[in-house]
Amino acid sequence: MADDVAHTIPALDAIIAPYVDKTGGLMCALNALQAELGYIDAAATARLADAFNLTKAEVKGVISFYEDFTTRPRGKHVIRICQAEACQSVGARTLTQHATEKLGIGLGETTKDGRVTLEPVYCLGLCANGPAVMADGKVKAQVTEAAFDKLAGVEGDGA
Amino acid sequence: MSRIYIPHDTVAVALGADDVADAVSQLCPDAEVVRTGSRGLFWLEPMIEVDTADGRKAYGPVTVDDVASLVSAGFADGGDHPFGLGPTEDIPFLKNQERLTFARCGVADPLSLADYEAHGGLKGLHKALEMTAKDISEQVMASGLRGRGGAAFPAGIKWRTVLGAVADQKYIVCNADEGDSGTFADRMIMEGDPFALIEGMIIAGLGTGAAKGFVYLRSEYPVAKRVFAEALAHAYDAGLLGDNVLKSGKPFDLELFMGAGAYICGEETSLLESLEGKRGEVRAKPPLPALEGLNGKPTLVHNVISLCAVPTILAEGADYYKDFGMGRSTGTMPFQLAGNVLRGGLVEKAFGVTLRELVNEFGGGTRSGLPVKAAQVGGPLGAYLPPDLFDTPMDYESFAEIGAGVGHGGIVVFDETADMAAQAKYAFDFCAAESCGKCTPCRIGAVRGSEVMAKVMKGEDRETNIDLITDLLEVMEDGSLCAMGGMTPVPVKSVLRHFADEVMTPQAVSSGKGAAS
Ligand SMILES: Cc1cc2nc3c(=O)[nH]c(=O)nc-3n(C[C@H](O)[C@H](O)[C@H](O)COP(=O)(O)O)c2cc1C
Ligand code: SF4
Ligand code: FES
Repeated sequence: MADDVAHTIPALDAIIAPYVDKTGGLMCALNALQAELGYIDAAATARLADAFNLTKAEVKGVISFYEDFTTRPRGKHVIRICQAEACQSVGARTLTQHATEKLGIGLGETTKDGRVTLEPVYCLGLCANGPAVMADGKVKAQVTEAAFDKLAGVEGDGA
Repeated sequence: MSRIYIPHDTVAVALGADDVADAVSQLCPDAEVVRTGSRGLFWLEPMIEVDTADGRKAYGPVTVDDVASLVSAGFADGGDHPFGLGPTEDIPFLKNQERLTFARCGVADPLSLADYEAHGGLKGLHKALEMTAKDISEQVMASGLRGRGGAAFPAGIKWRTVLGAVADQKYIVCNADEGDSGTFADRMIMEGDPFALIEGMIIAGLGTGAAKGFVYLRSEYPVAKRVFAEALAHAYDAGLLGDNVLKSGKPFDLELFMGAGAYICGEETSLLESLEGKRGEVRAKPPLPALEGLNGKPTLVHNVISLCAVPTILAEGADYYKDFGMGRSTGTMPFQLAGNVLRGGLVEKAFGVTLRELVNEFGGGTRSGLPVKAAQVGGPLGAYLPPDLFDTPMDYESFAEIGAGVGHGGIVVFDETADMAAQAKYAFDFCAAESCGKCTPCRIGAVRGSEVMAKVMKGEDRETNIDLITDLLEVMEDGSLCAMGGMTPVPVKSVLRHFADEVMTPQAVSSGKGAAS
């Protein structure tokens, strides 16, 4: 997720091109843009609309439907805490509360310095080993408060 | 050269298996490290295995710091060590299962087609290649297989429908969206035996006249994505997929397609919309996807586990499969023990095993050591059941009788600290968060339900508010287009029915924190 990739038209088109004629190509292109650029901005939306013969509103409608797609950059680190039932049964609510207090942000928010984005996620398939967390794409099981602090780089910080 | 098996399953990886594998490679340069799927004994992960004269032996749970002492103990040759678990197959949790679909998972090298064949893989496909499409789909019909994704619809009927449809293009779509909390069977098999899914999908193509397949995988499963993508590449290289499946002259193409974080895309018509690159809004049925599915063409949509059961049915025959199970619930089901459970993991059993056997005997009760209060069976749209219903056999009919469902086989255990009113509220919250927004009872009802439930939890006018909720549930049940809105009432009602005392008594006012940490 490079921050400084220029979202130039040729760069965007190069990412989009392989998917234009595929079944569900718009989803594939959105996934690729999100992975390469970290978010999907107005320029990308315009190129997508053009490539897939849709209105910008239609493209925006697709973007807004899916949790993974964002129109603004996420923080440098993205930590997702599972909120679903199996993790609830082993303390996910308490862990989430700890996380939000420690970072001073709510779920779906980014710290002021842009370092950490905290997000909810609904099941990572680690339901026998909760609470489960995904930190920068890496799965973590049985996450304690101390382990969370380490992941979030806030060890020793006063809450 | 000794072989050392270390899972690359998400659970093992999330508990440090990659580091363990690196350390083992470094300290045992002469051994071959094979990354496998998991056996599904998740409380023992990372669990590593070695070959010995008496078969596989297991050690676990192993952290990177334990590797040196394992090496000193000569574990590669089965040496004694405090983490030694003895012969893997003798571990009671595994020994007492009936593993048909998961027979190879954790055993064979998931990325070696040769290993797959050596463990019985491709036998079903070879048979299918000698059969007519009609005979193949009739085998599936005769097996009694019902969809494992949740709705439990007879698979054979869908196969017949797709086969009977006339079209220039038909599709096989695998639903690997596995969004239910408490479930991980799809993930496990895609990481542990991906060729089984590929084989099942090719057979489905042969049985219905489709030459193109898609696997729609949720983005929350990065390990499954990596492993399955690699397996696909191997399958193409080996000529298992492509224009000429195993030199039969028949084509079958398969693509992996990634979702983007929407629970509703597990609903099959929403999934098809998403697969067409659109918002995942649910379609009205009819038309059935079997007649007008992906791109308007006849499409067989099946859950991962349904498709992975197919090779066994073809290889061993419909009767063999059918002899497992009871009544109209034939075959085996991979039950998934999750939540606050001492021994969590995957238990593949014939239908008919009781919830008590699963939770107490396999699972060993709660992880916290406190008494079990409830188990939610069948995901977020499933019922919360109290222990006095745990003698119910796990089969579709018995569960329907108690207002519950088997769903995709997930069982989430809660201990006595669980706040059942909070769980009921969560059912509404989840529905509000994940509703596709197409119908009002679901979209608005869920939000209203959550608000009213919050009042109940605060002790405001309980009787009136519960009446309000009851009315609301009826509206959602009757007026929702799909089971998201239509079945959110199931968990809520089960709480109101089985845990009424708790919901209605003032001292049970929630702390908002729910279960033990
Ligand atoms: C809200 C909702 C979510 C669903 N999620 C899944 C899912 O994640 N995986 C799945 O296989 N089926 C899911 N289903 C069921 C599918 O609609 C469909 O019945 C199933 O994929 C058919 O495959 P099967 O016959 O093999 O079960 C869901 C249904 C609903 C209403
Ligand atoms: S019930 Fe909910 S999820 Fe299903 S179609 Fe209606 S709004 Fe969409
Ligand atoms: S419920 Fe948290 S990982 Fe499945």
